[in-house]
Amino acid sequence: MADTIFRPYKASDAEHSDRSAGDRMRHREKVRQSIRENIADIIAEESIIGRDHDKIIKVPIRGIKEYRFVYGDNARGVGQGEGDLKPGDVIENNSGQGRGNGQAGDQPGVDYYETDITIEELINIMFEDLELPDLERKRLREIETERHSRRKGYRPVGIRLRLDKRRTVKEKLRRRFASAKTSGENDGRFPFHQDDLVYRHVTTDVKKESNAVVLCLMDTSGSMDTMKKYLARSFFFLLCQFVSSKYRSVEVIFIAHHTQASEVNEEEFFSKGESGGTLISSAYEKALEIIAARYHPSLWNVYAFHCSDGDNFDADNDTAFNRAQELCKVCNLFGYGEIKPSGHYAYESSMMTIFRKLMEPNFLTIRIERKEDVWPSFRTFLSKDRAPDDRTGS
Amino acid sequence: MRSLYSVADLEDWDHRIFEKVQEFGLDCYPQQFEIYDHNQMLSSMAYSGVPSHYPHWSYGKTYEKQKTLYDYGASGLPYEMVINSNPALAYLMRDNSLLLQILTIAHVYGHNDFFKNNFTFRTTRAEYSIDTFKAHGDRVRSYVEDPSIGLGKVEKLLDAAHAVSLQCRRNLAIRKRSPEEERNVLIEASLPPSDPFQSIHSRKASNQPNLNKIPPVPDEDLLLFIRDNNPHLSGWEKDLITIVHEEAQYFIPQIETKIMNEGWATFWHKRILDSLDLPQDLQWEFIVRHNQVVRPFNGGLNPYNIGLAIWQEICNTPSPEPVPGKDGASGRLFEVRESDRDNSFLRRHLTEKLIRDLNLFEYETRGDQTIVQNVADETGWRNVKETLLKNAGMNSFPVIKVEDADFGHNHTLYVVHYHDGRDLQLEYAEKTLAYLNQLWGGEVVLETALDGKRYLLIYNDGGFSTKALQ
Repeated sequence: MADTIFRPYKASDAEHSDRSAGDRMRHREKVRQSIRENIADIIAEESIIGRDHDKIIKVPIRGIKEYRFVYGDNARGVGQGEGDLKPGDVIENNSGQGRGNGQAGDQPGVDYYETDITIEELINIMFEDLELPDLERKRLREIETERHSRRKGYRPVGIRLRLDKRRTVKEKLRRRFASAKTSGENDGRFPFHQDDLVYRHVTTDVKKESNAVVLCLMDTSGSMDTMKKYLARSFFFLLCQFVSSKYRSVEVIFIAHHTQASEVNEEEFFSKGESGGTLISSAYEKALEIIAARYHPSLWNVYAFHCSDGDNFDADNDTAFNRAQELCKVCNLFGYGEIKPSGHYAYESSMMTIFRKLMEPNFLTIRIERKEDVWPSFRTFLSKDRAPDDRTGS
Repeated sequence: MRSLYSVADLEDWDHRIFEKVQEFGLDCYPQQFEIYDHNQMLSSMAYSGVPSHYPHWSYGKTYEKQKTLYDYGASGLPYEMVINSNPALAYLMRDNSLLLQILTIAHVYGHNDFFKNNFTFRTTRAEYSIDTFKAHGDRVRSYVEDPSIGLGKVEKLLDAAHAVSLQCRRNLAIRKRSPEEERNVLIEASLPPSDPFQSIHSRKASNQPNLNKIPPVPDEDLLLFIRDNNPHLSGWEKDLITIVHEEAQYFIPQIETKIMNEGWATFWHKRILDSLDLPQDLQWEFIVRHNQVVRPFNGGLNPYNIGLAIWQEICNTPSPEPVPGKDGASGRLFEVRESDRDNSFLRRHLTEKLIRDLNLFEYETRGDQTIVQNVADETGWRNVKETLLKNAGMNSFPVIKVEDADFGHNHTLYVVHYHDGRDLQLEYAEKTLAYLNQLWGGEVVLETALDGKRYLLIYNDGGFSTKALQ
């Protein structure tokens, strides 16, 4: 006779037996952390720049592999075929079904995997990662955009218009019954009294909005090649994403300049290629003009960023310096990014030396050489953001 | 579907199956079945079926992976899971059909017999395994909850210990000598052979063995060696290392007998069900299910397929010498089941004919391509077999031994990879060395070969570096 025991299924056990929950949560934390640690590489991938928010991208997960000593590529394996293979045949590489003997997961190829993530999620992780406590505590400049009324309870006083007739009659009936009980009289006219009146109470809600405008200034002179523009674009992308995560409504203005500046749309901004020299001051003047006309600093948080390769006409440098100083006064943050893919220093002039003398606290210069520099420089840029209250002259 | 049969039906079928089990001479631990739904099954799979296993994020990762595969229909759930314990514990899937439950019960008895009788499992102490896992789980949890230790430290140590947990002795049937015994063996070996004419012969130079060396002979148990020789480890760290080592030891027999064990259980479930006189509808379903289990995976290896084919071959081959007490063929079956592991099983019983029948081939991966190297023809089958043996059981993991704990009198741990023509995967080697470095608390040097040249892979405070050996 067998001593076999059968333990039947118990739904209550099943409900309480999610014992992997803790380990799953810890694993997800590690995935998220891995994304965070590799964010600079992910940002450097071209594919995410300028994509829609709900676009899903694949992010390789590193750092949560389970490493062991394993054999490399020159270790051969054995598989089962259908009898028609010859030495030298190339078979497809996705056998899928546990090649090797049950130890899948320890093999390097199998352990590597990607996770899907939306750009939105990625951006959230990115900004979580910024860890800029100053920025979090800062009061954003808000303006009243909307007033609307909302009912909030009842009161014995108010204007005629808000008299609640139903409740007023109820009050009167209540008083009438009460008086009938005490005095015994129950006939004749029973008029409304001041105490019966019930008014709806209405309060006014004021909705405040924080508005921001991002001014993207870019040098489109002949010396800005595709690579430089791409780096500039990555930076602008991050800036716009960041600003829109902090403010309710964000406008983005694109100013392209060579010797003259003009406001353009996004597509033109990134595709425009013009030859000729560079007058940086023209772009700053245009920016100041637009700010004065449309985005007064008392109502708007202004962020301006200028990307150039620093190849400016010498004669313009002083003017550019003065205009930059003026921009600092009206902007939350004004940055100048000099894009010089490595190897370009020796024979090109640089605005960096000029701007070194500009001591405004909300001004920052950044040098971007490679794709990998975009994220770190963005971090440094944002750490300079100053509180709106600090500003002088606005 | 599940209302079509009750637990009582299962018990009925189990009686009939068990009669056959006894008739065929299988020798099992008492068996317990638990009926699980698919969520419990997934959870249980992530922990290799072990109840109250200690927590670690890697099991969460396994769960997510399996759940994803299951949800997208890329893989089904196993019909059953058996744990090597006494009494043996197995899980049945609640939503399986009656036939699948019958097949599974028969299959489980096959595994159960194998666990009880195969020599590799002798060291797993099946009576205590469930309690041991429980105790391990409780201890790890207590360290996690201890405010002076906490999850972060426990996890960091477990990550490192897991990385080298399989760098240990493979044949646990051989007793490990203590360092003291090893030294005595060394001394005896170095003594000159006794010479009856020693008074007239000049004395042979005996080369004194270096008895101060730690370890006296290369040691394959990396975790245990580190536990016993790193004085900076605190008690809980040593305990965690022991836990990880013991768990690896418990699973090694299963790694070592994957093909044999699955083949054995499949062989018996087929025999038992064939002898049960199933009603026709169940018989049809049995044929379909059985073939799903044993069908070859194109490009991969199905241990059920290969194992079953070899067991059938053994069964059909007349025994060279009769085994006392058992009738010829099955006597031999039982003998092989007791004394082989995948490596010897394949070496002895995987014939040229079987390799051809199973359409086995050897491949090599170059970049993204998998290229066929040898097929089961007259010249190639030996190579196919050799490669299969190299990937059988623990042979799919590199052999790495501790050579010296004080290399260059520098407290450097010197480990040697016993190269057999297969190079290490370098990225994995680097990361694993980092874990070794963490466990050892000092510099770690790994001697290995890459592309035919000897190299030292070094990991110390300055990070990873390599050095070519002349």
